[in-house]
Amino acid sequence: MKNKKTITVAVTGLNAIDSPGPGIAVIRGLKESDFFNVRIIGLAYEILEPGIYMDELVDKVYQIPVPSSGFDVMLERLKYIQGKEKIDVLIPNFDAELMTFIKLKPILNKMGIKMLIPTKEQFEERLKGELNKFGEKLGIKVPKSETVFTINELEETLDDYDYPVVIKGKFYDAYIATNIEQAKIFFYKILAKWGAPIIVQEFINGNEFNITALGDGKGNMLGAVPMRKTFLTDKGKAWAGISIDDPKLLKMANDVISKTKWAGGMEIELMKEEKTNELYLLEINPRFPAWIYLANGCGQNHPEMLVKFLMGETVDPIEEYAIGKMFIRYSYDMICDLDKYEKMSIHGEV
Amino acid sequence: MSKLKYESPIIKQINAGITSKFGELNSLKPVTHIANVSVKSLIEQYGSPLFVINEQTIRNTYQDAYHAFSTRYPNVQFAWSYKTNYIEAVCKVFHQEGSWAEVVSGFEYQKALDNGVPGDKIIFNGPDKSDFDLKIAVENNSPIHIDHFDELYSLITITEQLNKRAKVAIRVNMDTGIKPLWDRFGFNYENGQAWEAINKIIYSNNIDLIGLHTHIGTFILDPNAYRVAASKLADLAINVKNKFKHDIQYIDMGGGFASKNTLKGSYLSGTDLAPSFSDYADNITQALLNAGFSTEDLPLLILETGRALIDDAGTLLGTVLANKRSADGRRSIIMDFGVNTLFTSFWYNHIISPAQECSLYTEDTVMYGPLCMNIDVIRESINLPPLNKGDHVVVHRIGAYNMTQWMQFITLRPKVVMIDTNGKTHIIRESESKEYVSELEITPDYLNNIDL
Amino acid sequence: MKLKKNIAISESGFIFNPEIGTSFTTNSLGVAILKQLKEKTSLDKIKDSIVKNYDIDPITCEKDLDDFLRIVNQYNLLEEQS
Repeated sequence: MKNKKTITVAVTGLNAIDSPGPGIAVIRGLKESDFFNVRIIGLAYEILEPGIYMDELVDKVYQIPVPSSGFDVMLERLKYIQGKEKIDVLIPNFDAELMTFIKLKPILNKMGIKMLIPTKEQFEERLKGELNKFGEKLGIKVPKSETVFTINELEETLDDYDYPVVIKGKFYDAYIATNIEQAKIFFYKILAKWGAPIIVQEFINGNEFNITALGDGKGNMLGAVPMRKTFLTDKGKAWAGISIDDPKLLKMANDVISKTKWAGGMEIELMKEEKTNELYLLEINPRFPAWIYLANGCGQNHPEMLVKFLMGETVDPIEEYAIGKMFIRYSYDMICDLDKYEKMSIHGEV
Repeated sequence: MSKLKYESPIIKQINAGITSKFGELNSLKPVTHIANVSVKSLIEQYGSPLFVINEQTIRNTYQDAYHAFSTRYPNVQFAWSYKTNYIEAVCKVFHQEGSWAEVVSGFEYQKALDNGVPGDKIIFNGPDKSDFDLKIAVENNSPIHIDHFDELYSLITITEQLNKRAKVAIRVNMDTGIKPLWDRFGFNYENGQAWEAINKIIYSNNIDLIGLHTHIGTFILDPNAYRVAASKLADLAINVKNKFKHDIQYIDMGGGFASKNTLKGSYLSGTDLAPSFSDYADNITQALLNAGFSTEDLPLLILETGRALIDDAGTLLGTVLANKRSADGRRSIIMDFGVNTLFTSFWYNHIISPAQECSLYTEDTVMYGPLCMNIDVIRESINLPPLNKGDHVVVHRIGAYNMTQWMQFITLRPKVVMIDTNGKTHIIRESESKEYVSELEITPDYLNNIDL
Repeated sequence: MKLKKNIAISESGFIFNPEIGTSFTTNSLGVAILKQLKEKTSLDKIKDSIVKNYDIDPITCEKDLDDFLRIVNQYNLLEEQS
């Protein structure tokens, strides 16, 4: 296509570090669009997020306040940014910021910033503590789990669980505890970082599968790619993965998206139990996964599709994808001058 | 030549992972006026620290809440929760707006009577009602919300002695899907205790069951819990009607609505988490409207929300006593108000703004109160610009539970002023004096000669 | 009292210590004070110049300057005193 339309997209999650945020992968998809010429506005929480320093991918960066400071503070900052840029689409990439953006959606819409994100109800329904009900509603098995607020509740709850057991935070972090002492340590660790409640979950032994999928908010699945993580880092993140051919997984993704009328990207984490081969739903992440670029490599550019959809272009659902494509994550040392770091820390934009 | 505006020099190390000045812009914006009255003039006139109540905010918040419910349900009544703030002027604003009174002790009951609330509009809640209190409540025709069987039996005896009928509701506790389960108050729904209490009341001679009451917890962020609670109470009411042909006149959903304060340990800010009155109203009214009452039998819906109605209307003004550096170089600041005055600092991370123009540069600071007690910490960590001795700050959203739970400890309690809807200020509670505190003390004579 | 000589001070308020690779932000008065320290200006002179140029009383100025220098020292930006 010759005359590509130029648009501006703001993206968070530029933390392409050892436990990466999806921002950079999303941006790569957008930059490779045949349809749009995309100017990228990076939105960073911390001044060392690598994306800030990737000039070839990110055209301008603004620091934004952490979600815990409240949506009015975020709004103030976004107003400032929108006063300088004309952002057409914003793609949030963190779980912890999503509530803030859900609340801001109508206001941002009036400012000309469009987002394809779930509603508050959809967001909460899939919260880790609520997953049992969610699974029931969709007819999907979910590992037994309970929400606890205090150490006493934790101890009481653990009486009903076998070890190992998974201890998880509301937004992030999951640890496998093999005894009550470990469980307590993880409880406090997560509590200090993400606050209560903490989730206690039955441990399922087996293989982990993930699906990245895109919903249009009306019940249609625009695309989906399932993969198996072939190797994990010591932080439990994907080191490498491979796209696979499993109609059962795709059907499940379709069920989740059509029954919830999901809007935006989502990652479904599943466990296939080794002994029984049964599928368990572990988690639903309300955003693109960090490995979203694999979908692009398989022929489905989800970030581009999301932007096209929001810009009012026709987006036909894609079912085909290349099977057996692998991604292998690598790290890379960029060389940066101090001046960018200086500008970022003094002015909060660069 | 005019001099440059001074701003204390600050230097901060840049650390990865620690967000810079863009992190907490909100608390940086100076708040120089409360309801168009300058903070400086308020403190000059009334001293520091100073509690300030904004009458217009109370009325607006009340009207918002009332509107949220009354547009969804035909028959709604609020009852002002005295324990949240029982300063007379505050109560009277609510009563002018149409609120009944909701009290939980003989003392609060008397205050409500003194405030001119008719007896039949004082809801008497709580586990602590003496026989004396119960007698007065029966004589005044007040709705008594029974908390336990002992109270029910006392009341049966009292009505026989007085030969007067009592109007009661029972408080019901239940599983609404949230934790903690408040099962210490009232009768349990799931195990049949509530139904047992209802049976006893219906078969007693002098007691009329007019309502059902619940209060599922405090600072409830999940409005759906109210839907569950309302359906369970409605279910009880319908069973009473079917079995005894007896109409329950009202369903009292209690309080527990969250305000926009941020609880300690919460990652997201309270402004993002707190449901709106409409969220609560949707859940409660839909549960009642769908419960199966015939239109003419729909019970009156009573709400006793306290915190969410008054928190925003209260601010605390304070003054910097000193700046310090702790041993590790961290900045600390000592204010003239502590946990004795601002009791809610035990569970909230209050938003605190400077009250005068200030630098954009901030530093992580520990904010201490003035007490010579290690527990006296207002904020363990807050980003503040440099403040000089004598500078003022504004603590936001403190209208609930401070002017009732404050302590006379080490220092005296300060004045409370109200800014009326015309911007005029009124003292509504004087500051305490040494005499006021000493007045109650009685020293045996033999201790009176001190010779040092 | 003297600033280590290789400390870089930028007008924007960005301070860099090349010896250990730490960086700092400071406000405009902080920049002014650090620059004077670098030129070995005495504390009294620094104080006088602040009081002369800014709308501030000498006592507050002294308190703030002492506090500022304590932190600057804590950050290892001053020459060790013999």
